[in-house]
Amino acid sequence: MKNLKYLLLRRTTQIGLMFLYFSANAYGWHILQGTFGSSLLFGVIPLADPYTTLQALSAGFLLGADVLVGALLITLFYMIVGGRAFCSWVCPINMVTDLANWLRRKLKLDREEVNYRFLKRRTRYWIMVLGLIVSAIVGIAAFEVFSPITIMQRGIIFGFGAGISIVVAIFLFDLFGVKNGWCGHLCPLGAVYSIIGQKSIVRVKHNHEACTNCMECKIVCPENQVLHMINKESISVTDGECTNCGRCIDVCNDDALGFSIRDFNKNKKS
Amino acid sequence: MKSSNNNRRKFMATTLQSVGLTALGGLLWSGYCDEAKSSPLVLRPPGALPEEQFLDTCIKCGLCAEACLNRESNKNRDGTQREGTLKMAKGGDHKLIGTPYFIPKDVPCYMCDDIPCVPACPSEALDMKSLLNEKKELDINKAKMGLAVVHKESCVAFWGLQCDACYRACPLLDEALTLEYQKNERTGKHAFLLPVVHSDVCTGCGLCEKACITEKPAIFVLPREHSMGRAGNHYVKGWDKKDQQRVGDRKIDEIETHDERSQQAPSDYLNKEIEY
Repeated sequence: MKNLKYLLLRRTTQIGLMFLYFSANAYGWHILQGTFGSSLLFGVIPLADPYTTLQALSAGFLLGADVLVGALLITLFYMIVGGRAFCSWVCPINMVTDLANWLRRKLKLDREEVNYRFLKRRTRYWIMVLGLIVSAIVGIAAFEVFSPITIMQRGIIFGFGAGISIVVAIFLFDLFGVKNGWCGHLCPLGAVYSIIGQKSIVRVKHNHEACTNCMECKIVCPENQVLHMINKESISVTDGECTNCGRCIDVCNDDALGFSIRDFNKNKKS
Repeated sequence: MKSSNNNRRKFMATTLQSVGLTALGGLLWSGYCDEAKSSPLVLRPPGALPEEQFLDTCIKCGLCAEACLNRESNKNRDGTQREGTLKMAKGGDHKLIGTPYFIPKDVPCYMCDDIPCVPACPSEALDMKSLLNEKKELDINKAKMGLAVVHKESCVAFWGLQCDACYRACPLLDEALTLEYQKNERTGKHAFLLPVVHSDVCTGCGLCEKACITEKPAIFVLPREHSMGRAGNHYVKGWDKKDQQRVGDRKIDEIETHDERSQQAPSDYLNKEIEY
């Protein structure tokens, strides 16, 4: 039987957060103001996106203290809950790419080998570094010029305009181009959060004894290289690229996967 | 042995490919960014740093626009909310995406006393220090968002019609915008009331542009970089003691003009025939 617990929890969190951001502008609420670039929680606590902050710093200008403190808070938070929890629990683009991915499965596009394999998952790290270099050369935060994440978020808050086209482009790319193309291969923000979350406390844990090797988890996982231990050994998913989305837990019929505190005793890799 | 050679070759090839593709991406990306940030005729919120610095400091969070929209004073008489002055640039606006700007013809800056947009900025792209007056208080009159320019051929006051809409709309009436009286020689018995903008006072709020009665406003705000000239240091106001002082204090090695003639002594080139 399909379980949708974490999926529904995630969608509630994503939509709820977007609604709070939207209401800050539309109704003047003081719960969560601003955008990912820099936000204000309850009107006092500054939050800021670590990658945007890094770009602005490499563009050569010392930012205000609020942004630096905010970036630090966000970094610490995701160091605990898993860096890419941002990707699956907060980022609005996740809903777009998840939809594309779901359609891919329904349309059986994956079976037809309609997958361009020249794109490597490590491309995102190159893009991340490149973004900082370009920021330094051009003197503006380079990724923010076309970041679909903040464009979509600002679209929700302030209105989309022609900005909707990049969101559609990402959808088409993920659906007809590369499977998990944007979130799993290109997004430099995901790369940053992968690094931040490498030692995170909250992790998915696999129970080898209960696993029946049905591989449902690997089919649904957007970063299925992190599930290398399935039906091999009982360890935590330690790879920073795991988004802690919990889809594998939802689809597992054998109780072989679940969230837990990272297993510090065992070796990371066998 | 052979396979290790192959491996090394493959490694070299993939590394080269990655570096090459990264360089390609970097070139395209830089080019695109450079084009994307060049939107010269854009008006920024009060206290904004000079455009170049503003673009790399603004973190595109929208807190200024939210503060502007949701300020207490931004209500119609029936309590409904009005449109905010500050907009966040979206795709298709042809301004660096995500940065705040305003279009006076649509909604001018109303120059709120408490300036809600500026303290909201977390990255100090809107610089509070630039708006402090002698008493160290926030003073919106210190803002330099732009400068109003009058196009006299389309301004009906220059035709001799009586219109002082911009003058009346100016929040710094008789300081930033004054009326100059001139005799209308065409009728012989009427006066021209001509709007004159003073760049040392004008904040660029755009209330004049909004108020202008002509089909396309004859008075409009441009970024100061684009609406102001510069005479250069070598022009001296002979009647101004301070300006005289400026010249008197200059040292010979501070002279900026360096060309073929400046290398010679004046007695040499002045006695020669004129060469153009």
